[in-house]
Amino acid sequence: MALVGSLTQHPFFRGMTMADLQLIAACGARKSFAAGDYLGREGHSADHFYLILRGQVSIEIYFPERGALRLQTLSDGDIAGWSWLFPPYRWRFDLRAQTSVDTIALDGCRLRAECDRDPRLGYDLMQRFAAIMTDRLQATRLQLVDLYSHHAGAGS
Amino acid sequence: MMPRPLSVLHRVEEYPGTVTLQLGAADNQPLPAFLPGQFNMLYAFGCGEVPISFSSMAPADGRYCHTIKTLGAATGALTKLRPGDSVGVRGPFGHGWPVAKMAGRDVIIIAGGLGLAPLRPVIQALLNELNTTGNMRLFYGARQPSELLYRDELAQWSKLFAVQTTVDMADARWRGHIGNVNSVLTPSMFPSNSIALVCGPEVMMRYAIGELLKKQLPPEAIYLSMERNMKCATGHCGHCQWGPQFVCKDGPVFCYRDIQDWFHIREL
Amino acid sequence: MMNNNPEESYWLAADNLDHLIQALRQTGRQVIGPTLTDGAIVYDRIDAAEDLPQGWTDQQDKGSYRVARRSDNAYFGYNAGPHSWKKYLHPPRRQVFRAVQSNDALQFVAVDEPAQAMAFLGVRSCELHAMTIQGRVFGAESDYQNRRQHSFIVAVTCTVAAPTCFCTAMHTGPEVTLAYDLELTEVIDAQQHYFLVRSGSDEGERILSQLPLTASTAQHHAQRQEAVDRVRQQLETGPRHFDSSDLQSLLYRNYDSEAWDAIAERCLSCANCTLVCPTCFCTTEIDTTDLSGQHAERWQQWDSCFNADFSYLHGGSVRTSTRSRYRQWMTHKLATWHDQFGTSGCVGCGRCISWCPVGIDITEEINAIRKQESS
Repeated sequence: MALVGSLTQHPFFRGMTMADLQLIAACGARKSFAAGDYLGREGHSADHFYLILRGQVSIEIYFPERGALRLQTLSDGDIAGWSWLFPPYRWRFDLRAQTSVDTIALDGCRLRAECDRDPRLGYDLMQRFAAIMTDRLQATRLQLVDLYSHHAGAGS
Repeated sequence: MMPRPLSVLHRVEEYPGTVTLQLGAADNQPLPAFLPGQFNMLYAFGCGEVPISFSSMAPADGRYCHTIKTLGAATGALTKLRPGDSVGVRGPFGHGWPVAKMAGRDVIIIAGGLGLAPLRPVIQALLNELNTTGNMRLFYGARQPSELLYRDELAQWSKLFAVQTTVDMADARWRGHIGNVNSVLTPSMFPSNSIALVCGPEVMMRYAIGELLKKQLPPEAIYLSMERNMKCATGHCGHCQWGPQFVCKDGPVFCYRDIQDWFHIREL
Repeated sequence: MMNNNPEESYWLAADNLDHLIQALRQTGRQVIGPTLTDGAIVYDRIDAAEDLPQGWTDQQDKGSYRVARRSDNAYFGYNAGPHSWKKYLHPPRRQVFRAVQSNDALQFVAVDEPAQAMAFLGVRSCELHAMTIQGRVFGAESDYQNRRQHSFIVAVTCTVAAPTCFCTAMHTGPEVTLAYDLELTEVIDAQQHYFLVRSGSDEGERILSQLPLTASTAQHHAQRQEAVDRVRQQLETGPRHFDSSDLQSLLYRNYDSEAWDAIAERCLSCANCTLVCPTCFCTTEIDTTDLSGQHAERWQQWDSCFNADFSYLHGGSVRTSTRSRYRQWMTHKLATWHDQFGTSGCVGCGRCISWCPVGIDITEEINAIRKQESS
């Protein structure tokens, strides 16, 4: 029940029925990571996604000659990972804990099966993930435009 | 209106090309008082004049503090000034942040790049009254860690109130957030009595305001500091017109409610 | 100041107009008035009545201005020309300050030009409105108001109107309704040529007392009224008269009108309209140094919202398209001006119509926006 409580409080699940929340909670488990741990690795199978309860996680890309370049960070309240939703169900980037991180890990394989069985739940979840992807894409685009290089500061 | 000659008393390079100058009268005469969010016109000898916001309430002894980034001839000359050099100053001008409206409310401050400079005086003013005000939260986005302004002060602030700093790009040494300032804003929830102050590049403000509206902040609770070509600073040269407003005298700080009809019109 | 009682006007023979000019000059004022120069009737220094464009008029239309001979010898039988009085009250170029840098000390020296006492001869009602509007822009404590207050105004009632005039639409004429020192109405027909003169100030009264005047008669007043009525009727039935009461809301509704695209196809962004406009006030500042690097100057000069760098903001201009610049100019003039200064910025003088090299007509464009909106 404690897990359902955590899900209820999270904006990602706002408005979901208790039945759906219980079903999702049944696919979840609390999982903690130490700083430096990988939550997901590029190319590895993406079986889970994470609700970050506390801590900072970075999305990284690995360069052979430079090592990891951190592209974006996620933290308290963010959702990490949507590769479990789409074939080939493999992580596209590394996901690594920058601090100690507490999460609720949700089993994507089981949830996918639930969604196949109940397209209404599937549509609902897909909508919620689409909103997150849209926000993440918008933020990435704003990162791309290099906003600050020509700016003098308001009133200046 | 004639500039007044002031001396550079102190100079700090924030990062290459961007400096913070402290200005004072050579005869130590007190300078006209200013409000957070107002600006001065700074004249670089023979090069021209540019509007620059006050970037600190301190030092409180009547000196002015301005943070200037090299962008053109006048700002280039101003950033090269050294202690003992002279600069022409006209001001203070414009309407600043609505400090009186902040009492007892949660204050959300969203700064992008050099946009922290006009916001620093209001943060300092609120800090003096932190016991009597609600929460203050600062979301500050910059290009990269080396281009963060006032790093010592940021560290102090983060002990006193919530400071979320994020950069667009960083190497492995940076332990903070990476991403647009809106992405650190996105998961946050704001109490209904919040008031938001936004300052940064116009594009960044457009998206930040979109995010605040999405979080149910009413337009009358959102304030932003605008930029346009300001030459006279008194509403007489016509350059900074923005719809019916003169940014120099009706702004640079506007309540979003009052300008929402103009804010999204292009090439206004 | 105002004196609207026709009974208090006096009769001045046209041949005696020079007495007025000399009386004004004797007060130490420089008299500025209309004169024919380079094929246009412009405002310049007037030393005697013979400097006035007597017997000349102008023919104006969209993108067209030509001086022409009148069939009579009227002194003020012309219409608004390329100049306006703003060149005297809001000079096209002036020095603001000098700066000297020596031994690390910076010094600013104000460049104060004492307001030259001037007398403006032949100020039309629309031009008086333009002065009042610019006075509001610059404020009570301004150099503008200082110059304005030091100026003696000889207003002239309009008894002619160009096809480009639309003062009746903007409620600025043709009769003089704002304060003046003296008001002249020129009456001319086959038999007679005279002025009806009345004063609107103590100083006007003092000038009047030096002129060879006689009492005016009811017949004179009737002739005056007939001339004014004729020109009013011409304006009100002309193609450029319109209801201007909804212009502000019309333009605020139409920032996205396709009509702006059509204007932009013709507009050259040449800035002529802003330079001839008697209310356009924008200026820019130019900072220079000498070769020694010790002396700097700041100059202020007229600027125009049609210039590319007018809206420059480190990195580029906010208004890059001609569409946005014309929209700024027209919307400012007819809409945002109300918010800024409590009045329209247009006095209906028609100068922007005549002096537009491609013949863009602000009154036609208002109709185009209206039509676009209702289509």
